[in-house]
Amino acid sequence: MKPLASVHERELKAERGAGQKRKFGELGFGLLFASPVLLGYVIFVIVPIAATFYLGFTSYSVGTVPKWIGFDNYASLFSGADPFFYPAVKATVYYVGLSVPLGIILSFFLAILLNQQVAGKSFFRGVFYLPVIIPLAASSMVWMWLLQPDFGIVNYALDALHLPTSRWLGDTTSVVPTLILFSFWTLGNTIVIFLAGLQGIPAHLYEAIELDGGNRLHKLIYITIPMSSSIIFFNTVIAFINGFQTFVQPAVMTQGGPNNASLLYVLYLFNEGFKSSRMGSASAISVLLFLVIMLFTAAIFYFSKSLVYYEGKEERR
Amino acid sequence: MKKHSLGNRIVIYALLIAGSLFFLFPIFWMLRTSLINMGDLYQMPPKLLPDDLSWENFEQALGAYPFGRFFLNSTIITASAMLGVLFSSSVCAYSFSRIHWKGRDKVFGFILTGLMIPFFVVMIPQYVFWNALHLTDTFVPLIAPAWFGGGIFNIFLLRQFFLGIPTELDEAAKVDGAGHFRIYLQIILPIGKQAMIVVGLLTFLANWNDYLGPLAFITSESNYTLMQGLTLFQGSYSAQWHLMMAATSVIVIPSLIVFLVAQRHFIEGIAMTGIKG
Repeated sequence: MKPLASVHERELKAERGAGQKRKFGELGFGLLFASPVLLGYVIFVIVPIAATFYLGFTSYSVGTVPKWIGFDNYASLFSGADPFFYPAVKATVYYVGLSVPLGIILSFFLAILLNQQVAGKSFFRGVFYLPVIIPLAASSMVWMWLLQPDFGIVNYALDALHLPTSRWLGDTTSVVPTLILFSFWTLGNTIVIFLAGLQGIPAHLYEAIELDGGNRLHKLIYITIPMSSSIIFFNTVIAFINGFQTFVQPAVMTQGGPNNASLLYVLYLFNEGFKSSRMGSASAISVLLFLVIMLFTAAIFYFSKSLVYYEGKEERR
Repeated sequence: MKKHSLGNRIVIYALLIAGSLFFLFPIFWMLRTSLINMGDLYQMPPKLLPDDLSWENFEQALGAYPFGRFFLNSTIITASAMLGVLFSSSVCAYSFSRIHWKGRDKVFGFILTGLMIPFFVVMIPQYVFWNALHLTDTFVPLIAPAWFGGGIFNIFLLRQFFLGIPTELDEAAKVDGAGHFRIYLQIILPIGKQAMIVVGLLTFLANWNDYLGPLAFITSESNYTLMQGLTLFQGSYSAQWHLMMAATSVIVIPSLIVFLVAQRHFIEGIAMTGIKG
């Protein structure tokens, strides 16, 4: 009997030991496997953000020691002592304010169009997505050529049709609208996300409306839009956040010109930090961008509570 | 879904074709201009197609700058970043989906906030950091982040996918004495291949097409990427659109090929991130 009990005891002990070991082991393994991103988050996100806030209060360029100057950087931005700040804010508000809502409406419409039962559906989807994979630096060059005022094909075609032509990127009044037009060319991601959402809408809802004698517009207003509201919301947040960070297009096509009309905020930020080597001031500019994006995200989340319909709440955390 | 009436169908096709023209014409015009000769470039009315194809545009455009070098640089950066992302984001996603450690979901939620942080906000301190390590004007600043988690978005995407794999598989493997390394390598990775392909493709595009990163970190011409080479070209050949379009075409073609080969994965991947977001 005795040996048997001790075997049993031993087993129990071993089990307990293994249990403890596993418990510790799970945490250990969990942290080990997550260590790249945990380290990365500290090195590439947390520390740099703290540094951005700190440097924003200093006068600093690479190779010098940061000198604490309090709110001077911010004062110089808001007082207009820096001649580029307000033009940059103005251009950005103009660009984002127009391109985001128009882009959302257009891509939602295109997604509905691509969701119709037609021959060559996947071909059309591929075509609408194609511009997204082309490097922006390259497509910016292509559009510069298309929109070249004197020899560009667009002005030639407009002229041939007796429609008014434009200086496009070459004129202070038309440069931002031209950038917005170009932004429509790269709506593919948004379209595809809308499309995925549309495919999730149950067909019986449309059938119910048909039985009640509803038409196409009723379907759009009472089913498609409400059922897509969470995705419209998602895409809008992403579009705003991306819109504020539009860099390549003005950097390649206009360098912010003519007369700073297309000096989008992050291009101004880049110039300040890397071209003028005023890293302190550039950090202050980054801090403002950070605050605006955070406020924006928070505001949209807040207001969306009453506007957005989520199907199956448990799917969202 | 039921069939449309003839009138509706005509409207739908007309809109689809008009849309396709808007999306395709610029690409066609790029290729067309890259093959036209200098004499026909400014001809009015413009020729829709060149009379004879001027392949020498490519020779001339690529000979003007060390494009071969730029191509190699872009390839090294992109390949290293892809390796890093595929390894580190899958390992991290494994931790956040298949290992049950205390505080896991809270930590993940916290890390997700990083998705909202624009690169521009951390760009200057990152530059200062790499500069202090004397690593600016090398490929390290462009590659290193890929090995440290490889982007929160990619971890998020893989985690979603890994969460959908039945836990019975791990349990069975554990009974057989397999540890996390073996479960990751022999169960999760093979099943998650599809999601890994999507992450790999998105990483390829993000790095191959990247303009801002090299612009911030790379300064000497011998380390330039293709995108930087292109703007270098723009500076000195601004009126020679046939040469500019030839250089642009060369840069676009790798992305085009990758897309044509893997179109399905791209569109599924984007959709996956959208609905499960």
